[in-house]
Amino acid sequence: MANQTDVTLFKVLGGQEHAILTDWQNLLKAGGALQTGRIKEAELDTQCKTFLSQLRASVGTDGGVDKSGNSYSSLRSMLGDISRSRAVQGFSPTETAGFVFSLKQPLFNAINKSSDDAATKAASIWYTSLLLDELGLYTIDVFAKTREEIIARQTREISELSTPVVKLWDGILALPVIGTLDSERTQTIMENLLQAIVDQGAEIAIIDITGVPTVDTLTAQHLLKTIAAARLMGADCVISGIRPQIAQTMVHLGVELNVVSKANLADAFALALARVNKTVVSVKALSRVQKNGPAE
Amino acid sequence: MTVVRSEVVQILTGDDVVRVRQDVRARAVEAGFSLVDQTKIVTAASELARNTLDYGGGGTVLIERVDVGGRKAVRLTFEDQGPGIADIEKALTDGYTTGGGLGLGLGGAKRLANEFSIASNLGQGTRVSITRWK
Ligand SMILES: Nc1ncnc2c1ncn2[C@@H]1O[C@H](COP(=O)(O)OP(=O)(O)OP(=O)(O)O)[C@@H](O)[C@H]1O
Ligand SMILES: [Mg+2]
Repeated sequence: MANQTDVTLFKVLGGQEHAILTDWQNLLKAGGALQTGRIKEAELDTQCKTFLSQLRASVGTDGGVDKSGNSYSSLRSMLGDISRSRAVQGFSPTETAGFVFSLKQPLFNAINKSSDDAATKAASIWYTSLLLDELGLYTIDVFAKTREEIIARQTREISELSTPVVKLWDGILALPVIGTLDSERTQTIMENLLQAIVDQGAEIAIIDITGVPTVDTLTAQHLLKTIAAARLMGADCVISGIRPQIAQTMVHLGVELNVVSKANLADAFALALARVNKTVVSVKALSRVQKNGPAE
Repeated sequence: MTVVRSEVVQILTGDDVVRVRQDVRARAVEAGFSLVDQTKIVTAASELARNTLDYGGGGTVLIERVDVGGRKAVRLTFEDQGPGIADIEKALTDGYTTGGGLGLGLGGAKRLANEFSIASNLGQGTRVSITRWK
Protein backbone atom coordinates (compact mmCIF):
# COMPACT_ATOMS: atom_id res chain seq x y z
CA MET A 1 0.00 0.00 0.00
CA ALA A 2 1.13 3.52 -0.76
CA ASN A 3 2.53 5.51 2.11
CA GLN A 4 0.63 8.64 1.34
CA THR A 5 -2.62 9.47 -0.26
CA ASP A 6 -3.07 9.51 -4.00
CA VAL A 7 -3.43 13.06 -5.25
CA THR A 8 -4.72 11.99 -8.64
CA LEU A 9 -7.58 10.04 -7.08
CA PHE A 10 -8.41 12.94 -4.82
CA LYS A 11 -8.56 15.39 -7.73
CA VAL A 12 -10.60 13.02 -9.86
CA LEU A 13 -13.12 12.55 -7.04
CA GLY A 14 -13.54 16.30 -6.89
CA GLY A 15 -13.45 17.24 -10.54
CA GLN A 16 -15.32 14.34 -12.14
CA GLU A 17 -17.68 13.50 -9.30
CA HIS A 18 -20.80 13.80 -11.40
CA ALA A 19 -19.54 11.61 -14.25
CA ILE A 20 -18.28 8.98 -11.82
CA LEU A 21 -21.56 8.94 -9.96
CA THR A 22 -23.61 8.52 -13.14
CA ASP A 23 -21.30 5.79 -14.45
CA TRP A 24 -21.42 3.94 -11.16
CA GLN A 25 -25.19 4.13 -10.79
CA ASN A 26 -25.66 2.91 -14.34
CA LEU A 27 -23.30 0.01 -13.72
CA LEU A 28 -25.06 -0.98 -10.52
CA LYS A 29 -28.46 -0.86 -12.19
CA ALA A 30 -27.24 -2.76 -15.25
CA GLY A 31 -25.89 -5.38 -12.84
CA GLY A 32 -29.39 -5.85 -11.51
CA ALA A 33 -29.03 -4.01 -8.21
CA LEU A 34 -32.67 -2.94 -8.28
CA GLN A 35 -34.13 -6.05 -9.87
CA THR A 36 -34.98 -7.93 -6.72
CA GLY A 37 -36.95 -4.96 -5.44
CA ARG A 38 -35.25 -5.20 -2.08
CA ILE A 39 -33.94 -1.67 -2.40
CA LYS A 40 -35.50 1.47 -3.87
CA GLU A 41 -33.80 3.51 -6.58
CA ALA A 42 -33.78 6.66 -4.47
CA GLU A 43 -32.15 4.81 -1.57
CA LEU A 44 -29.45 3.38 -3.80
CA ASP A 45 -28.76 6.81 -5.36
CA THR A 46 -28.40 8.39 -1.94
CA GLN A 47 -26.04 5.64 -0.82
CA CYS A 48 -23.87 6.15 -3.90
CA LYS A 49 -23.76 9.91 -3.43
CA THR A 50 -22.96 9.77 0.26
CA PHE A 51 -20.33 7.12 -0.31
CA LEU A 52 -18.54 9.15 -2.98
CA SER A 53 -18.40 12.33 -0.94
CA GLN A 54 -17.25 10.40 2.13
CA LEU A 55 -14.63 8.68 0.04
CA ARG A 56 -13.32 12.01 -1.16
CA ALA A 57 -13.11 13.35 2.39
CA SER A 58 -11.27 10.24 3.55
CA VAL A 59 -8.84 10.20 0.64
CA GLY A 60 -8.19 13.91 1.28
CA THR A 61 -7.01 13.31 4.82
CA ASP A 62 -5.53 9.87 4.22
CA GLY A 63 -2.36 9.08 6.14
CA GLY A 64 -1.91 6.27 3.63
CA VAL A 65 -0.75 3.30 5.61
CA ASP A 66 -3.71 2.20 7.65
CA LYS A 67 -7.23 2.30 6.29
CA SER A 68 -8.64 1.38 9.69
CA GLY A 69 -7.36 4.70 11.01
CA ASN A 70 -9.24 7.90 11.74
CA SER A 71 -9.54 9.31 8.26
CA TYR A 72 -11.61 6.30 7.17
CA SER A 73 -13.71 5.87 10.29
CA SER A 74 -16.83 7.66 9.05
CA LEU A 75 -16.59 5.97 5.66
CA ARG A 76 -16.34 2.60 7.40
CA SER A 77 -19.26 3.31 9.65
CA MET A 78 -21.36 4.31 6.65
CA LEU A 79 -20.33 1.15 4.80
CA GLY A 80 -21.07 -0.87 7.93
CA ASP A 81 -24.63 0.50 8.01
CA ILE A 82 -25.12 -0.33 4.34
CA SER A 83 -23.81 -3.89 4.81
CA ARG A 84 -25.94 -4.49 7.86
CA SER A 85 -29.10 -3.35 6.14
CA ARG A 86 -28.24 -5.49 3.09
CA ALA A 87 -27.73 -8.53 5.31
CA VAL A 88 -31.12 -7.96 6.91
CA GLN A 89 -32.80 -7.28 3.54
CA GLY A 90 -31.60 -10.65 2.29
CA PHE A 91 -28.89 -9.62 -0.18
CA SER A 92 -26.12 -12.09 -0.97
CA PRO A 93 -22.53 -11.32 0.09
CA THR A 94 -21.60 -10.88 -3.59
CA GLU A 95 -24.32 -8.30 -4.10
CA THR A 96 -23.26 -6.49 -0.94
CA ALA A 97 -19.57 -6.30 -1.80
CA GLY A 98 -20.49 -5.56 -5.41
CA PHE A 99 -21.66 -2.14 -4.30
CA VAL A 100 -18.05 -1.17 -3.62
CA PHE A 101 -16.28 -3.25 -6.27
CA SER A 102 -18.45 -1.88 -9.06
CA LEU A 103 -16.99 1.55 -8.37
CA LYS A 104 -13.61 0.40 -9.70
CA GLN A 105 -14.38 0.77 -13.37
CA PRO A 106 -15.84 4.31 -13.20
CA LEU A 107 -12.89 5.43 -11.07
CA PHE A 108 -10.32 3.82 -13.38
CA ASN A 109 -11.96 5.49 -16.37
CA ALA A 110 -11.89 8.86 -14.67
CA ILE A 111 -8.25 8.43 -13.65
CA ASN A 112 -7.36 7.46 -17.20
CA LYS A 113 -8.89 10.66 -18.53
CA SER A 114 -7.30 12.84 -15.87
CA SER A 115 -3.66 12.79 -16.95
CA ASP A 116 -1.29 11.98 -19.79
CA ASP A 117 1.41 10.52 -17.62
CA ALA A 118 1.20 6.74 -17.74
CA ALA A 119 3.20 6.21 -14.56
CA THR A 120 0.98 8.56 -12.55
CA LYS A 121 -2.13 6.86 -13.86
CA ALA A 122 -0.80 3.38 -13.12
CA ALA A 123 0.14 4.34 -9.58
CA SER A 124 -3.22 5.92 -8.99
CA ILE A 125 -5.13 2.94 -10.36
CA TRP A 126 -3.08 0.58 -8.17
CA TYR A 127 -3.79 2.71 -5.13
CA THR A 128 -7.50 2.91 -5.92
CA SER A 129 -7.73 -0.81 -6.51
CA LEU A 130 -6.15 -1.64 -3.14
CA LEU A 131 -8.36 0.87 -1.38
CA LEU A 132 -11.58 -0.47 -2.89
CA ASP A 133 -10.52 -4.07 -2.22
CA GLU A 134 -10.07 -3.26 1.41
CA LEU A 135 -13.40 -1.45 1.66
CA GLY A 136 -15.17 -4.24 -0.24
CA LEU A 137 -13.78 -6.88 2.09
CA TYR A 138 -14.88 -4.78 5.02
CA THR A 139 -18.48 -4.89 3.78
CA ILE A 140 -18.24 -8.70 3.68
CA ASP A 141 -16.92 -8.81 7.23
CA VAL A 142 -19.79 -6.73 8.50
CA PHE A 143 -22.24 -8.69 6.39
CA ALA A 144 -21.07 -12.01 7.84
CA LYS A 145 -21.11 -10.70 11.37
CA THR A 146 -24.64 -9.41 10.96
CA ARG A 147 -25.82 -12.76 9.61
CA GLU A 148 -24.24 -14.54 12.56
CA GLU A 149 -26.05 -12.22 14.95
CA ILE A 150 -29.33 -12.93 13.18
CA ILE A 151 -28.77 -16.69 13.38
CA ALA A 152 -27.83 -16.53 17.07
CA ARG A 153 -30.93 -14.51 17.82
CA GLN A 154 -33.18 -16.89 15.90
CA THR A 155 -31.66 -19.87 17.67
CA ARG A 156 -32.48 -18.30 21.02
CA GLU A 157 -35.98 -17.45 19.87
CA ILE A 158 -36.66 -20.94 18.56
CA SER A 159 -35.44 -22.51 21.77
CA GLU A 160 -37.81 -20.31 23.78
CA LEU A 161 -40.73 -20.57 21.41
CA SER A 162 -40.51 -24.29 20.97
CA THR A 163 -40.92 -25.11 24.64
CA PRO A 164 -44.15 -23.48 25.76
CA VAL A 165 -46.10 -24.70 28.75
CA VAL A 166 -49.81 -24.30 28.11
CA LYS A 167 -52.67 -24.45 30.55
CA LEU A 168 -55.44 -26.79 29.38
CA TRP A 169 -57.66 -26.49 32.42
CA ASP A 170 -57.33 -25.53 36.06
CA GLY A 171 -54.62 -27.79 37.43
CA ILE A 172 -53.78 -29.32 34.04
CA LEU A 173 -50.73 -28.29 32.02
CA ALA A 174 -49.54 -29.46 28.64
CA LEU A 175 -46.00 -29.39 27.38
CA PRO A 176 -45.78 -30.03 23.66
CA VAL A 177 -42.18 -30.91 22.82
CA ILE A 178 -41.12 -30.34 19.24
CA GLY A 179 -37.72 -31.30 17.90
CA THR A 180 -34.69 -32.84 19.50
CA LEU A 181 -34.57 -33.05 23.28
CA ASP A 182 -30.93 -32.17 23.83
CA SER A 183 -29.51 -31.33 27.26
CA GLU A 184 -29.83 -27.59 26.82
CA ARG A 185 -33.46 -27.68 25.75
CA THR A 186 -34.32 -30.15 28.48
CA GLN A 187 -33.01 -27.62 30.96
CA THR A 188 -35.24 -24.88 29.49
CA ILE A 189 -38.25 -27.18 29.34
CA MET A 190 -37.76 -28.35 32.90
CA GLU A 191 -37.44 -24.82 34.24
CA ASN A 192 -40.52 -23.64 32.33
CA LEU A 193 -42.55 -26.62 33.48
CA LEU A 194 -41.57 -26.44 37.14
CA GLN A 195 -42.28 -22.70 37.21
CA ALA A 196 -45.70 -23.24 35.65
CA ILE A 197 -46.51 -26.02 38.11
CA VAL A 198 -45.74 -23.70 41.00
CA ASP A 199 -47.50 -20.66 39.49
CA GLN A 200 -50.70 -22.51 38.71
CA GLY A 201 -50.68 -25.15 41.41
CA ALA A 202 -50.97 -27.78 38.70
CA GLU A 203 -51.66 -31.38 39.67
CA ILE A 204 -51.01 -32.97 36.34
CA ALA A 205 -48.74 -32.23 33.42
CA ILE A 206 -49.09 -33.81 30.00
CA ILE A 207 -45.82 -34.10 28.08
CA ASP A 208 -46.66 -34.53 24.42
CA ILE A 209 -43.84 -35.95 22.31
CA THR A 210 -45.64 -36.19 18.96
CA GLY A 211 -43.07 -33.75 17.60
CA VAL A 212 -39.96 -35.57 18.81
CA PRO A 213 -38.42 -37.42 15.85
CA THR A 214 -36.17 -39.82 17.76
CA VAL A 215 -36.39 -41.11 21.30
CA ASP A 216 -33.04 -42.59 22.22
CA THR A 217 -31.66 -43.35 25.67
CA LEU A 218 -30.53 -39.75 26.18
CA THR A 219 -33.96 -38.38 25.31
CA ALA A 220 -35.50 -40.97 27.61
CA GLN A 221 -33.17 -39.96 30.41
CA HIS A 222 -34.13 -36.32 29.92
CA LEU A 223 -37.82 -37.21 30.05
CA LEU A 224 -37.27 -39.27 33.20
CA LYS A 225 -35.51 -36.36 34.88
CA THR A 226 -38.29 -33.95 33.94
CA ILE A 227 -40.93 -36.37 35.25
CA ALA A 228 -39.04 -36.86 38.51
CA ALA A 229 -38.64 -33.11 39.03
CA ALA A 230 -42.35 -32.49 38.34
CA ARG A 231 -43.23 -35.19 40.85
CA LEU A 232 -41.13 -33.46 43.51
CA MET A 233 -43.17 -30.33 42.90
CA GLY A 234 -46.35 -32.32 43.48
CA ALA A 235 -47.48 -32.87 39.90
CA ASP A 236 -47.95 -36.16 38.07
CA CYS A 237 -46.91 -36.51 34.46
CA VAL A 238 -48.66 -38.24 31.60
CA ILE A 239 -46.83 -38.84 28.33
CA SER A 240 -48.76 -38.58 25.09
CA GLY A 241 -47.97 -38.86 21.42
CA ILE A 242 -45.66 -41.86 21.48
CA ARG A 243 -46.02 -43.00 17.88
CA PRO A 244 -46.14 -46.75 17.16
CA GLN A 245 -42.67 -46.88 15.58
CA ILE A 246 -41.21 -45.01 18.58
CA ALA A 247 -42.96 -47.34 21.01
CA GLN A 248 -41.51 -50.41 19.27
CA THR A 249 -38.04 -48.91 19.22
CA MET A 250 -38.22 -48.02 22.91
CA VAL A 251 -39.10 -51.61 23.74
CA HIS A 252 -36.01 -52.84 21.87
CA LEU A 253 -33.86 -50.26 23.58
CA GLY A 254 -35.18 -51.43 26.92
CA VAL A 255 -36.28 -47.97 27.97
CA GLU A 256 -39.13 -47.71 30.47
CA LEU A 257 -40.61 -44.37 31.42
CA ASN A 258 -42.79 -45.77 34.23
CA VAL A 259 -45.54 -43.22 33.75
CA VAL A 260 -49.01 -43.39 32.32
CA SER A 261 -48.93 -42.85 28.60
CA LYS A 262 -51.66 -42.20 26.08
CA ALA A 263 -51.63 -42.42 22.31
CA ASN A 264 -52.60 -38.79 21.78
CA LEU A 265 -53.07 -35.51 23.58
CA ALA A 266 -56.89 -35.80 23.57
CA ASP A 267 -56.82 -39.11 25.44
CA ALA A 268 -54.27 -37.75 27.88
CA PHE A 269 -56.47 -34.71 28.49
CA ALA A 270 -59.51 -36.90 29.19
CA LEU A 271 -57.45 -38.86 31.69
CA ALA A 272 -56.21 -35.67 33.32
CA LEU A 273 -59.75 -34.32 33.63
CA ALA A 274 -60.83 -37.52 35.34
CA ARG A 275 -57.97 -37.14 37.81
CA VAL A 276 -59.19 -33.69 38.81
CA ASN A 277 -62.79 -34.95 38.95
CA LYS A 278 -63.99 -33.22 35.83
CA THR A 279 -65.55 -34.63 32.72
CA VAL A 280 -66.62 -33.47 29.30
CA VAL A 281 -70.27 -34.00 28.41
CA SER A 282 -72.37 -33.07 25.40
CA VAL A 283 -74.70 -30.10 25.84
CA LYS A 284 -77.70 -32.23 24.83
CA ALA A 285 -77.02 -34.87 27.46
CA LEU A 286 -76.53 -32.16 30.03
CA SER A 287 -79.88 -30.47 29.40
CA ARG A 288 -81.63 -33.83 29.51
CA VAL A 289 -80.14 -34.48 32.93
CA GLN A 290 -81.14 -31.02 34.10
CA LYS A 291 -84.71 -31.55 32.94
CA ASN A 292 -85.33 -35.15 33.99
CA GLY A 293 -82.82 -35.72 36.71
CA PRO A 294 -80.07 -38.33 36.32
CA ALA A 295 -80.96 -41.44 34.37
CA GLU A 296 -81.53 -44.63 36.32
CA MET B 1 -22.71 -57.70 -1.20
CA THR B 2 -22.57 -54.45 -3.16
CA VAL B 3 -22.14 -50.91 -1.89
CA VAL B 4 -24.62 -48.60 -3.60
CA ARG B 5 -23.54 -45.41 -1.92
CA SER B 6 -21.29 -44.43 0.95
CA GLU B 7 -20.17 -41.39 2.90
CA VAL B 8 -18.06 -40.66 5.96
CA VAL B 9 -19.38 -38.23 8.57
CA GLN B 10 -17.26 -36.73 11.34
CA ILE B 11 -18.63 -36.95 14.87
CA LEU B 12 -17.06 -34.15 16.89
CA THR B 13 -20.00 -32.26 18.41
CA GLY B 14 -23.58 -32.80 19.50
CA ASP B 15 -24.74 -31.21 16.25
CA ASP B 16 -22.87 -33.91 14.34
CA VAL B 17 -24.97 -36.52 16.11
CA VAL B 18 -28.08 -34.80 14.78
CA ARG B 19 -26.55 -34.82 11.29
CA VAL B 20 -25.73 -38.52 11.51
CA ARG B 21 -29.36 -39.23 12.40
CA GLN B 22 -30.57 -37.18 9.45
CA ASP B 23 -28.18 -38.80 6.98
CA VAL B 24 -28.99 -42.31 8.22
CA ARG B 25 -32.70 -41.58 7.91
CA ALA B 26 -32.18 -40.36 4.33
CA ARG B 27 -30.37 -43.61 3.42
CA ALA B 28 -33.05 -45.71 5.13
CA VAL B 29 -35.74 -43.92 3.14
CA GLU B 30 -33.76 -44.52 -0.07
CA ALA B 31 -33.58 -48.21 0.79
CA GLY B 32 -37.37 -48.22 1.12
CA PHE B 33 -37.42 -49.00 4.84
CA SER B 34 -40.77 -48.95 6.64
CA LEU B 35 -41.28 -46.24 9.25
CA VAL B 36 -40.53 -48.75 12.02
CA ASP B 37 -37.29 -49.90 10.40
CA GLN B 38 -36.23 -46.32 9.72
CA THR B 39 -36.81 -45.43 13.35
CA LYS B 40 -34.86 -48.49 14.54
CA ILE B 41 -31.74 -47.81 12.49
CA VAL B 42 -31.85 -44.07 13.21
CA THR B 43 -32.15 -44.68 16.94
CA ALA B 44 -29.32 -47.22 16.90
CA ALA B 45 -27.22 -44.69 14.96
CA SER B 46 -27.99 -42.05 17.56
CA GLU B 47 -26.81 -44.34 20.38
CA LEU B 48 -23.57 -45.33 18.69
CA ALA B 49 -22.80 -41.80 17.52
CA ARG B 50 -23.18 -40.49 21.04
CA ASN B 51 -20.98 -43.22 22.46
CA THR B 52 -18.35 -42.34 19.84
CA LEU B 53 -18.58 -38.71 20.91
CA ASP B 54 -18.87 -39.14 24.69
CA TYR B 55 -16.57 -42.09 25.33
CA GLY B 56 -14.44 -42.28 22.19
CA GLY B 57 -13.65 -38.58 22.29
CA GLY B 58 -15.06 -38.15 18.78
CA GLY B 59 -14.58 -40.14 15.62
CA THR B 60 -16.27 -40.98 12.35
CA VAL B 61 -19.09 -43.03 10.94
CA LEU B 62 -19.12 -44.70 7.56
CA ILE B 63 -22.71 -44.70 6.31
CA GLU B 64 -23.36 -47.19 3.52
CA ARG B 65 -26.36 -48.14 1.46
CA VAL B 66 -25.64 -51.76 0.62
CA ASP B 67 -27.41 -54.70 -0.99
CA VAL B 68 -27.04 -57.92 0.95
CA GLY B 69 -28.17 -61.04 -0.89
CA GLY B 70 -30.77 -59.10 -2.84
CA ARG B 71 -31.99 -57.20 0.20
CA LYS B 72 -31.62 -53.46 0.56
CA ALA B 73 -29.72 -52.56 3.69
CA VAL B 74 -28.00 -49.75 5.56
CA ARG B 75 -24.64 -50.45 7.18
CA LEU B 76 -23.03 -48.14 9.71
CA THR B 77 -19.46 -48.36 10.95
CA PHE B 78 -18.47 -46.16 13.88
CA GLU B 79 -14.81 -45.68 14.65
CA ASP B 80 -12.91 -43.78 17.29
CA GLN B 81 -9.36 -43.60 18.62
CA GLY B 82 -10.49 -43.32 22.23
CA PRO B 83 -9.59 -45.36 25.32
CA GLY B 84 -11.31 -48.54 24.09
CA ILE B 85 -13.59 -50.83 26.10
CA ALA B 86 -11.98 -53.13 28.67
CA ASP B 87 -14.86 -55.57 29.02
CA ILE B 88 -17.16 -55.66 26.01
CA GLU B 89 -19.47 -58.22 27.61
CA LYS B 90 -20.03 -55.86 30.51
CA ALA B 91 -20.48 -52.81 28.27
CA LEU B 92 -23.24 -54.67 26.46
CA THR B 93 -25.05 -55.45 29.70
CA ASP B 94 -28.22 -53.43 30.20
CA GLY B 95 -27.79 -50.86 32.91
CA TYR B 96 -24.00 -50.80 32.80
CA THR B 97 -22.71 -47.25 32.41
CA THR B 98 -19.55 -45.40 33.28
CA GLY B 99 -20.94 -42.03 32.22
CA GLY B 100 -24.13 -41.61 34.24
CA GLY B 101 -26.36 -42.76 31.39
CA LEU B 102 -29.03 -45.43 31.40
CA GLY B 103 -26.52 -47.99 30.19
CA LEU B 104 -28.87 -49.17 27.46
CA GLY B 105 -27.37 -47.68 24.30
CA LEU B 106 -24.89 -50.31 23.20
CA GLY B 107 -27.09 -53.31 23.98
CA GLY B 108 -30.08 -51.44 22.54
CA ALA B 109 -28.25 -50.74 19.28
CA LYS B 110 -27.43 -54.45 19.02
CA ARG B 111 -31.08 -55.38 19.48
CA LEU B 112 -32.22 -52.78 16.95
CA ALA B 113 -29.90 -54.14 14.22
CA ASN B 114 -29.92 -57.34 12.20
CA GLU B 115 -26.15 -57.63 12.41
CA PHE B 116 -23.86 -56.26 15.05
CA SER B 117 -20.11 -56.47 15.54
CA ILE B 118 -17.75 -54.73 17.90
CA ALA B 119 -13.98 -54.61 18.17
CA SER B 120 -12.09 -52.64 20.75
CA ASN B 121 -8.48 -52.36 21.87
CA LEU B 122 -7.51 -50.67 25.08
CA GLY B 123 -5.73 -47.42 24.38
CA GLN B 124 -6.37 -47.69 20.64
CA GLY B 125 -10.06 -47.22 20.08
CA THR B 126 -13.33 -48.85 19.25
CA ARG B 127 -15.11 -49.93 16.10
CA VAL B 128 -18.80 -50.81 16.08
CA SER B 129 -20.61 -51.93 12.97
CA ILE B 130 -24.34 -52.56 12.50
CA THR B 131 -26.46 -53.53 9.51
CA ARG B 132 -30.19 -53.42 9.17
CA TRP B 133 -32.12 -54.55 6.11
CA LYS B 134 -35.68 -54.32 4.86
N1 LIG C 1 -16.84 -45.91 21.87
C1 LIG C 1 -16.62 -46.23 23.16
N2 LIG C 1 -15.40 -46.05 23.71
C2 LIG C 1 -15.18 -46.35 25.01
N3 LIG C 1 -16.14 -46.82 25.83
C3 LIG C 1 -17.37 -47.02 25.36
C4 LIG C 1 -17.69 -46.73 24.01
N4 LIG C 1 -19.00 -47.03 23.81
C5 LIG C 1 -19.45 -47.48 25.00
N5 LIG C 1 -18.49 -47.47 25.94
C6 LIG C 1 -18.63 -47.94 27.34
O1 LIG C 1 -19.72 -48.79 27.42
C7 LIG C 1 -20.65 -48.33 28.42
C8 LIG C 1 -22.06 -48.70 28.04
O2 LIG C 1 -22.46 -48.00 26.87
P1 LIG C 1 -24.00 -47.74 26.62
O3 LIG C 1 -24.15 -46.96 25.37
O4 LIG C 1 -24.72 -49.05 26.68
O5 LIG C 1 -24.47 -46.91 27.88
P2 LIG C 1 -24.21 -45.36 28.20
O6 LIG C 1 -23.71 -44.68 27.00
O7 LIG C 1 -23.38 -45.28 29.42
O8 LIG C 1 -25.70 -44.84 28.53
P3 LIG C 1 -26.87 -44.66 27.47
O9 LIG C 1 -26.36 -45.07 26.13
O10 LIG C 1 -27.97 -45.55 27.94
O11 LIG C 1 -27.27 -43.24 27.49
C9 LIG C 1 -20.40 -46.85 28.50
O12 LIG C 1 -20.80 -46.31 29.72
C10 LIG C 1 -18.89 -46.77 28.28
O13 LIG C 1 -18.20 -47.05 29.47
MG1 LIG D 1 -24.57 -44.80 25.13
